[in-house]
Amino acid sequence: MSTVALETTPTLPEVHYLNADYGWRSWLFTTDHKRIAWLYLISITFMFAIGGLSATLMRLNLIEPSGLLFEPASYNKLFTAHGLVMIFFFLTQSIPTVLGNFLIPIMIGARDVAFPKLNLLSWYIYVLGATIFVLSLLTGGVDTGWTLYTPLSTTYANTNVLSATVGIFIAGFSSILTGLNFIVTIHKMRAPGMTWFRLPLFIWSMYATSVIFVLAMPVIAITLALIALERVWHVGIFDPGLGGDPILFQHLFWFFGHPEVYILILPSMGVISELVAAGCRKRIFGYSFVAFSSVSIAAISFMVWGHHMFLTGQSVYAGLVFSALSFAVAIPSAVKIFNWTATMHKGSVSYDAPMLYAIGFIGLFTIGGLTGLFLASMGTDVHLHDTYFVVAHFHYVMVGGAIMGYLGGLHLWWPKMTGRLYPEAWARFACLLVFVGFNLTFGPQFILGYVGMPRRYAVYPAEFQVLNVLSSAGASILAVGYVIPLIYFIWSALKGPIAGPNPWGAKGLEWTIASPPPTHNFERTPIVTEEAYAYGPEEAHVG
Amino acid sequence: MSAEAHGATLVAEQFDDFEQQKHADTFGMWIFLATEVLFFGGLFCGYSLYRNLYFEAFTAGSHLLKIEYGAFYTLLLICSSLTMALGVRASMLRRPTSLTVYLILTWIMGAAFVYIKLRYEWYGDYLEGLVPGLNFAPHGESLEIINRFHATLPHVGLFFIFYFCMTGVHALHMVVGVGLLTTLLIFTRQGKVTGGNYNWVEIVGLYWHFVDIVWIFLFPLLYLIGGRY
Amino acid sequence: MHLFPIRPPEASTLAPQWDHLFYFLTLLTVFFSTLIFALVFYFAIKYRRRQKDEVPPQNEGNLILELGWTIIPSIICVFIFGWSSQLFMRSQRPPAASTEIFVVGKQWMWKVQHPEGPREINQLHVPVGVPIKLTMTSEDVIHDFGIPAFRIKKDVVPGIYSTEWFTATATGEYHLFCDQYCGMGHSHMAGTVVVMKPEDYERWLTSQMNVKPMAAEGERLFGQLGCNTCHPGQGKNAGPSLQGLFGSQVKLQNGQTLAADEGFIRQAILGPQAVAGYPALMPTFQGQLNEEEVLELVAYIKSLGPPAERKTKP
Repeated sequence: MSTVALETTPTLPEVHYLNADYGWRSWLFTTDHKRIAWLYLISITFMFAIGGLSATLMRLNLIEPSGLLFEPASYNKLFTAHGLVMIFFFLTQSIPTVLGNFLIPIMIGARDVAFPKLNLLSWYIYVLGATIFVLSLLTGGVDTGWTLYTPLSTTYANTNVLSATVGIFIAGFSSILTGLNFIVTIHKMRAPGMTWFRLPLFIWSMYATSVIFVLAMPVIAITLALIALERVWHVGIFDPGLGGDPILFQHLFWFFGHPEVYILILPSMGVISELVAAGCRKRIFGYSFVAFSSVSIAAISFMVWGHHMFLTGQSVYAGLVFSALSFAVAIPSAVKIFNWTATMHKGSVSYDAPMLYAIGFIGLFTIGGLTGLFLASMGTDVHLHDTYFVVAHFHYVMVGGAIMGYLGGLHLWWPKMTGRLYPEAWARFACLLVFVGFNLTFGPQFILGYVGMPRRYAVYPAEFQVLNVLSSAGASILAVGYVIPLIYFIWSALKGPIAGPNPWGAKGLEWTIASPPPTHNFERTPIVTEEAYAYGPEEAHVG
Repeated sequence: MSAEAHGATLVAEQFDDFEQQKHADTFGMWIFLATEVLFFGGLFCGYSLYRNLYFEAFTAGSHLLKIEYGAFYTLLLICSSLTMALGVRASMLRRPTSLTVYLILTWIMGAAFVYIKLRYEWYGDYLEGLVPGLNFAPHGESLEIINRFHATLPHVGLFFIFYFCMTGVHALHMVVGVGLLTTLLIFTRQGKVTGGNYNWVEIVGLYWHFVDIVWIFLFPLLYLIGGRY
Repeated sequence: MHLFPIRPPEASTLAPQWDHLFYFLTLLTVFFSTLIFALVFYFAIKYRRRQKDEVPPQNEGNLILELGWTIIPSIICVFIFGWSSQLFMRSQRPPAASTEIFVVGKQWMWKVQHPEGPREINQLHVPVGVPIKLTMTSEDVIHDFGIPAFRIKKDVVPGIYSTEWFTATATGEYHLFCDQYCGMGHSHMAGTVVVMKPEDYERWLTSQMNVKPMAAEGERLFGQLGCNTCHPGQGKNAGPSLQGLFGSQVKLQNGQTLAADEGFIRQAILGPQAVAGYPALMPTFQGQLNEEEVLELVAYIKSLGPPAERKTKP
């Protein structure tokens, strides 16, 4: 076996992007992609707290079949807030704006993104949208469910639908501009020698995600505008009494909504490739297959939206096409899982937190993805639609998948971002808590869905109580698992041991520069001559 | 000032050279136009559905629009795209005076479009009681036309919602375009454009042509349904 | 008694078929999840990093493996798609001789109308062993009429009729849930489906006092609203006869030909389109009738005979 050179006494560089300039102006008017990543990190953590608090209150309420704490009117606002915040203000941004912003220029050998000022503007737009949205929550909230179905949201709801949709509309433009920025950056700013097939797989995933950003988000923008129009002027676009079609809304919404969930998972899959490569010190098995799978997932994701609408009275034949394509989109995801597993074979598997999060992802995403097949298949979807089975499925992929990837990535690149190490023992413990808590929260929900408990219910029949209590117990463990990293990351930023440029002995341009990096990333533009994850000469070539 | 006059260009620090910056800026505008296609796309999708369901109402509504205005706008925008393209050429040939003339012509036509639409066409629609949500109550000749096509009043209202939405969003984009032209005119006066940043004119040109093309689709879809007797 | 239920009752002809596919998918999920978990844990232990700075031998990939784990899951998916689509089609096509019951959903209750007359709120009495077809609409927002024990649900959408069907196989009481979020009272919009032996059901029907069959109520409305002045009428302003209309094909003035099903009749009452050969004079009754009254008119028109008896316009 060959070895990497690990530094024994690392030191902090004298000048780096964090101390190159001081004062609030240097942060709020920065165009450095790395500082913008921190601006996003702080904002989205705040939004995560709001979304997490709503979830905590929901699970507390569901301990009692008749509702422990809230009347249905309030409970309905909680689950709507939870969904809207987590999707539009946390998950959509999480990996792209924090890890993507920080890493994309560095990983491709560039000094910054293509449009740094646009990047900062994206953050301000996000903050404006989030502020308006939070104000709409504080002044009464919304109770339509995150899917805003008509005619409930346009004609019958008496809550802050208008201000909430304005907030989301604005925040959506932040994502569009970020996606545009990343596409141009990846196309035009790669260092000499950095061909497409030498790119880290995280870049492939972020590229695919960015394409979905620019094509899907405008559709939700116009759809939200139509809701606002309808709400203010009652003109009948979605009102059957005036000739409108409420199902038109669902087509428009899910045409965005389905690609949106791939916006949420593709970046995480990209992170997992990096975690597994670094955690096994091995080239990702089947690199080009994993790269192409990201692109095909993005492409097919635009053609499956009708699988959310099998029961709306949509044409059965259209449904068959949507169902078939939904099965097709599962295949590239399966290919990734198999390739990551194969990478671990004869690797050098680390037990550090990033690799543990990756292992957790591989298992949980497998379950989440396979339970998606129950819903892609029309026959079984009839009984499971709008039950807790669906809730369990999407939390397995969103939390067991996307959030595990986000946390794993934060841990892997924390030393690069701050120059310091987090406490490994606490990180492993928190990862274990998250894994156990997560499964206890959402595992029972598969059963709840099968036995018929509908989603978005504030009260439920007594025979479902035990499963609900198990789920709520799991949620309390999960919550602790999320709070612990918050504490030790803050500690680490202030007092953690110095990391050095490459504490993991990993491959990738980001590990060749100092931790924290200088403002312009590279002293000299790198010339790339080797493949991604070039840990060593290819020895065991099979097949 | 003299540096620009001699053709020196400003390359932002994230770029290696002017070529890379030019390609990135132009590519960025193309991607932005792709997002705009999807943005308008939602409205076209809703329009297609309701036109299919309520063809009589859409035909009636279309006959209530003032086709003379629509045709005039089409002429105006096509001419403005011509002057814009000539402006791009002038900037590439380093001719600031020609560029200024063409930009001003384009500006005038764009501003005229917005002004005439709001002051005359839309105000006229308002006076005739054709604005859903505000005062939708067609009467007199408008009502005769609706009855002639056996259209249902709420469905004609749907037509008008899409009419105002689609042309309204388009008009907003025209206003933004006029703003971009204003900025270009200022930069031209400051000598920042013909020096070497001619791709800014090309990029605004791309945007302008796109907004023009959207109108080319809107005109027949809204104003020309069912022909004219 | 179990600590918690792990399975809903199997109380319809569809339920065991549905459960078989569900169990297959569950086994598939358990198998592949276990496989992946086992491999991952095995590799994580067997190939754990022993020296802090070690780098393992590298390998690129394996085309056979890649093709294998792409093609085999694809074949499995095609198999599931075929099985499931067949199950779905079967679940959507009611037998021809189904008994019809009508449902109107509104915030936040279910109003059930039996054609013989009895009405229920949040309850549905049905006989066992008989195919039942539910024709449903909403008066306000989108709801969903879901019966877990029968493994069925269908969105109930304002402005259109949606249908679902079942044949109950076991007497008893089963949950009825609203399965599409519809506002404040969504979780209270639940009820009970009561499956009875046929003779008990008959007895229940006749025990509901002072109710007229839906078609009779529809006939009363037909006269009260003046429909009979034009259908059929006299002279050049006459509308088409409605005898034998239900189930026939209708040619509209704009050239379209539509089937005269329940949805067509509803639309003709609330937003009529001109029929070929007749003057476009029919007014709309939008706002004058609620959905239950529309269903009664539909029931009356259905009772006016099948298409074979339809007379042509002289």
